[in-house]
Amino acid sequence: MRILLSVGLSGLMAAPALAADMEISIEVPKLDVAEYHKPYVAVWLEGPDKKVAANLAVWYDVANAKKEGDKWLKDLRQWWRRTGRELTVPADGLTSATRAPGTHDLKLDAGHPALKDLAAGQYELIVEAAREVGGREVLRIPLQWPPKEGTSLNAKGEHELGAVAVNVKP
Amino acid sequence: MKPFVRTLAALALSASLPVAAHAHKAWLLPSSTVLSGKEDLAITVDAAASNDLFYFDHRPLRLESLAVTGPDGAVVRVENASTGKYRSSFDVPLKQAGTYRIALINEGVFARYKEDGKEKRWRGPAAKLAEEIPSSATDLVVTENVRRIETFVTSGSPGGAALKPVGTGLELEPVTHPNDLVSGSEAEFRLLLDGKPAPGVKVEIVRGGIRYRNQLGETTVTTDDSGVFKYTWPEPGMYWLEANVTDDKATIKDAKERRAGYAATLEVLPE
Repeated sequence: MRILLSVGLSGLMAAPALAADMEISIEVPKLDVAEYHKPYVAVWLEGPDKKVAANLAVWYDVANAKKEGDKWLKDLRQWWRRTGRELTVPADGLTSATRAPGTHDLKLDAGHPALKDLAAGQYELIVEAAREVGGREVLRIPLQWPPKEGTSLNAKGEHELGAVAVNVKP
Repeated sequence: MKPFVRTLAALALSASLPVAAHAHKAWLLPSSTVLSGKEDLAITVDAAASNDLFYFDHRPLRLESLAVTGPDGAVVRVENASTGKYRSSFDVPLKQAGTYRIALINEGVFARYKEDGKEKRWRGPAAKLAEEIPSSATDLVVTENVRRIETFVTSGSPGGAALKPVGTGLELEPVTHPNDLVSGSEAEFRLLLDGKPAPGVKVEIVRGGIRYRNQLGETTVTTDDSGVFKYTWPEPGMYWLEANVTDDKATIKDAKERRAGYAATLEVLPE
């Protein structure tokens, strides 16, 4: 919680925006490969200053039997360099287990610690996926925060991510 | 009469002290440069001299002068060190978070002289110079060599005391952290000679994988007045850089010239 708050505040001088909700859906594609491991995924907001404004979710092998799940977090290269390496994992409200192929929703209400202090401005939602013995893909969706009206924004991955959508509403 | 063992040692040393223009490239190659996690972290490093980067097909580098510095500034003991026909190899346990400096530091002298009218050359530690060069030698020219071959690795967040300049010979002071290099981004470093900025020094930068391309594709940049050079990495990969300086700052008696060399292996990751 402390981590999320400090990241949420960094580099942003403006006052927090008014309450608004954000819903993100991320499709983990079903892949026809000989050896499949569920991807590691990181979701975060990048501010106008190109810094991490809010960490929203990290899916990794939290319950790895050898406690080695965090060994591959560095493969989420952008996330690792921008913010991951500064964090302690697992982190409540941020990290959770990897997801099977299918569409998964992240619902962040106005009171979510990552959003409630987020200053008004132009952001990019970044979704990065990295798969063991597979590839890596990064999708970016520009969005205005807080939204003036209900908006649905989309991106489509080609390799490690399927459809990614973000719905924001005032 | 030179004992066989010493000849071997001199040969091995010559591989790690390339002073001639046609010398092979000396390098350390880490298995990883950026690591996450807490349990049982370690890397393996290869050490070799070769023409093609980074293929161990010529000579191993000797590990006697290996120095690994941990994030707390203390010496890290390496494990499973071995030297084979083409490469040396060792493991570095990464017990602390932060940045590690892995360095081979070779110091010695190179002597050229004539004995009975014949050109002779000798390479070795300065302390042995007097006993190795026959008293009948003429036209003796002694050069002092100090050479540093390095690479860097970071576990977790970059930081710690390992990158603090040592203050002798040629070395790299990071402005951009050496484990924070990204394709398409500009990196900035300062070259130091005896701890002071080294202006006007040429730095050669080559990307690995030479065996599978036709052109070397090397770039030469020159340090500015404050010893700084900048380079934008054209693509991801393992890069090698080298710089050499020759001056009259020899500390060894009889040496007229000092040659200071620096080589580093740096990994550049995709954006």
